[in-house]
Amino acid sequence: MDFIHFFFSYPFYYLLLVWGGVVLNRTNIVVVLMSLELALLSVSLNFIIFSVCLADLIGQIFAIFILIVAACESSIGLAIILVYFRVRGSIRIDQASLLKS
Amino acid sequence: MYLNIVFLPLLGSIVSGFFGRFLGVYGSCLITVFCVGLTFSLSCLSFYEVGLAGSSTYLSLMTWLESDSFHVEWAFCFDSLTVVMLIVVTFISTLVHIYSIEYMAEDPHLPRFVSYLSLFTFFMLILVTADNFVQMFVGWEGVGLCSYLLINFWFTRIQANKAAIKAMIVNRIGDFGLALGIFTIFMCFGAVDYATVFAFAPQLTSCTLSFLNIKLGALDLIGVLLFIGAVGKSAQLGLHTWLPDAMEGPTPVSALIHAATMVTAGVFLLARCSPLLEYGSGALMLISVVGGMTAFFAATTALVQNDLKRVIAYSTCSQLGYMVFACGLSNYSVAVFHLANHAFFKALLFLSAGSVIHAVGDEQDMRKMGGLRRLLPFTYAMIVVGSLALMGMPFLTGFYSKDVILETAYAAYSVPSHFSYWLGSAAAFCTAFYSIRLIALCFLVEPNGSRKLLLSASEGGKAMGFVLGLLAIPSIFIGYFSRDLFIGLGTDFWGGSLFCLPSNLSLIDAEFMSTFLKILPLCFSIAGGGLSFIVYRYYTHNIYFWKTSIVGRKVYTFLSRKWFFDKIYNEFVSQNILDFGYHFTYKSIDRGLVESLGPFGLSNLLIGQVQQSRVWHSGYLYHYLVVFVWGNLFFCLWFLFGFPSLRVGVLLLFCTLWLTL
Repeated sequence: MDFIHFFFSYPFYYLLLVWGGVVLNRTNIVVVLMSLELALLSVSLNFIIFSVCLADLIGQIFAIFILIVAACESSIGLAIILVYFRVRGSIRIDQASLLKS
Repeated sequence: MYLNIVFLPLLGSIVSGFFGRFLGVYGSCLITVFCVGLTFSLSCLSFYEVGLAGSSTYLSLMTWLESDSFHVEWAFCFDSLTVVMLIVVTFISTLVHIYSIEYMAEDPHLPRFVSYLSLFTFFMLILVTADNFVQMFVGWEGVGLCSYLLINFWFTRIQANKAAIKAMIVNRIGDFGLALGIFTIFMCFGAVDYATVFAFAPQLTSCTLSFLNIKLGALDLIGVLLFIGAVGKSAQLGLHTWLPDAMEGPTPVSALIHAATMVTAGVFLLARCSPLLEYGSGALMLISVVGGMTAFFAATTALVQNDLKRVIAYSTCSQLGYMVFACGLSNYSVAVFHLANHAFFKALLFLSAGSVIHAVGDEQDMRKMGGLRRLLPFTYAMIVVGSLALMGMPFLTGFYSKDVILETAYAAYSVPSHFSYWLGSAAAFCTAFYSIRLIALCFLVEPNGSRKLLLSASEGGKAMGFVLGLLAIPSIFIGYFSRDLFIGLGTDFWGGSLFCLPSNLSLIDAEFMSTFLKILPLCFSIAGGGLSFIVYRYYTHNIYFWKTSIVGRKVYTFLSRKWFFDKIYNEFVSQNILDFGYHFTYKSIDRGLVESLGPFGLSNLLIGQVQQSRVWHSGYLYHYLVVFVWGNLFFCLWFLFGFPSLRVGVLLLFCTLWLTL
């Protein structure tokens, strides 16, 4: 395995981490948001690696867009969490099951 | 003219049926009687043209069904056989129409009644004038339907309803056989019109068919299936049980059903199919045996019936047995001759019985009559004429046909023919016995009815008297006049309408029988009549002791319970079929299979599974995410590898996951 391939595996491990953070985490919704940030980071990392490997600039432009989108998303997400906390007084995920079956 | 013969009764029926309430009783009766009477006069003209002048007529109206080689037309064929039937049907029908105007005068539904009667006549005319089996089947079912409507005319009576349903269903059993017969004919001949089928019948003598895994001659099979139809319609042994129950309808209906229409259709069918039956010797043998047994069975049963109309009903059954075994012995012309004669004197008997019933306040039990000779002299005379004609007393109508039937039966010289001959002779004895018994119980013995009824008993009015008087004339003379025309040696009246293989011909042999055998049935008749007269005239008090003796009681029960046919049918056939219908088809299939496995079961299963799959929607974000992640993963794998057979596996996987939840 050469050097560049070693970098390829990183985004995948990030992604596994994200799945763990999203699926296994049952209490804190901010952690979920953080995991999503991680996921977007891993994606943009992937883009950058590919852009370097394939010598194509579009990947890096995409990564910048993803950064912007991630910033927007996390700000909106945090706003939603804030509103939710005002209503419910809690941000636990396992208490947010009003819409069951 | 020929089309008018068929369609005038329909016109009368429609007018009085749909517009009866506007026309009123008088108007609708006038119209139907006029239509049917006109039909009768046209029938007489057609009898002259076709029968006497020998110009058979064939009319093709239009194509009815046309599908590949199956070709059915609305077509009418008027040959000698048809015109004889036309005369019989329209004459009796006209008289019955006139008779019912007075007989049913107090009934509020007279327009409906005459409408049904006319419809009945129409369907019977369709039946006899049809040119192919399918059109004949229209008439066949039509008379069945009309018999249902007429037997059920007083539809508020439960007995009438039951009798009508029985008539309809038992007839339908026969119709099933007839329909199978027509299918078989089409299978063998590729055509259903008489001309083609009869022309090709000789070609199929060696053809065999496999029916219910039994290998039969094609013509034998067709003959037997057609005969099953005739058994239902003509009330032969086995499917005869509907006929006595059909007495629940008004008396003119019984006259029409028993004399001219309905039951004669079976014999007509056998006569019409003579070119087909002649080549199926097995079927002929069956027909003659069943006919002989019917004649004997019905005659013995009639011996002990107490209902006035039932006695006559069984005598119809018995006389039809004569006709059928005459057909079975290839004497079709004799059978049709007897049919025509029988129509006249049976109509006379029924209408006279109606007159009696009318006079004694709708009392039908003969044990409650008696002594009506002085009160109803005209009816008495008419019923004596009818009964003597029925018994085959010399030189009355019945004599000419019945004795020829028995003579030719003896002359045919085969086992079934002699079987039929002896049973028929025994039936002749019984016929005379119960005819005289009927007369004696109604008219001769001392009065047994209530005083009030006897005081008010009087003859019917002009219309009834006119009809009875008019029917008495052919009952006395028609046999003498038409004998040579119908069954005279070498008569060319029938043209090609009846066919008899030369080897089956026994009319000539009958000429050389010994006189003793020829007059034997007559002797039986006279002996039976005389015995009955003596017994009921002079030994009425002893009858009770004979009846209650050990042997007498057994015999009496056996006969009065109609040989236990109804009992056996009810207990072993109807009951089992009803049980089957309730327990198997209703409870197991309808309620069981269809409901628990079919629509209901499926929807129950679906609802249950949906209830269970609601667990998936727990409301927890992480549950949704697990599904989301696994789904993503799965679809990624699917698109990466894309096994075609994987889809089925995936589907199964999903289903099992879903069901095991």
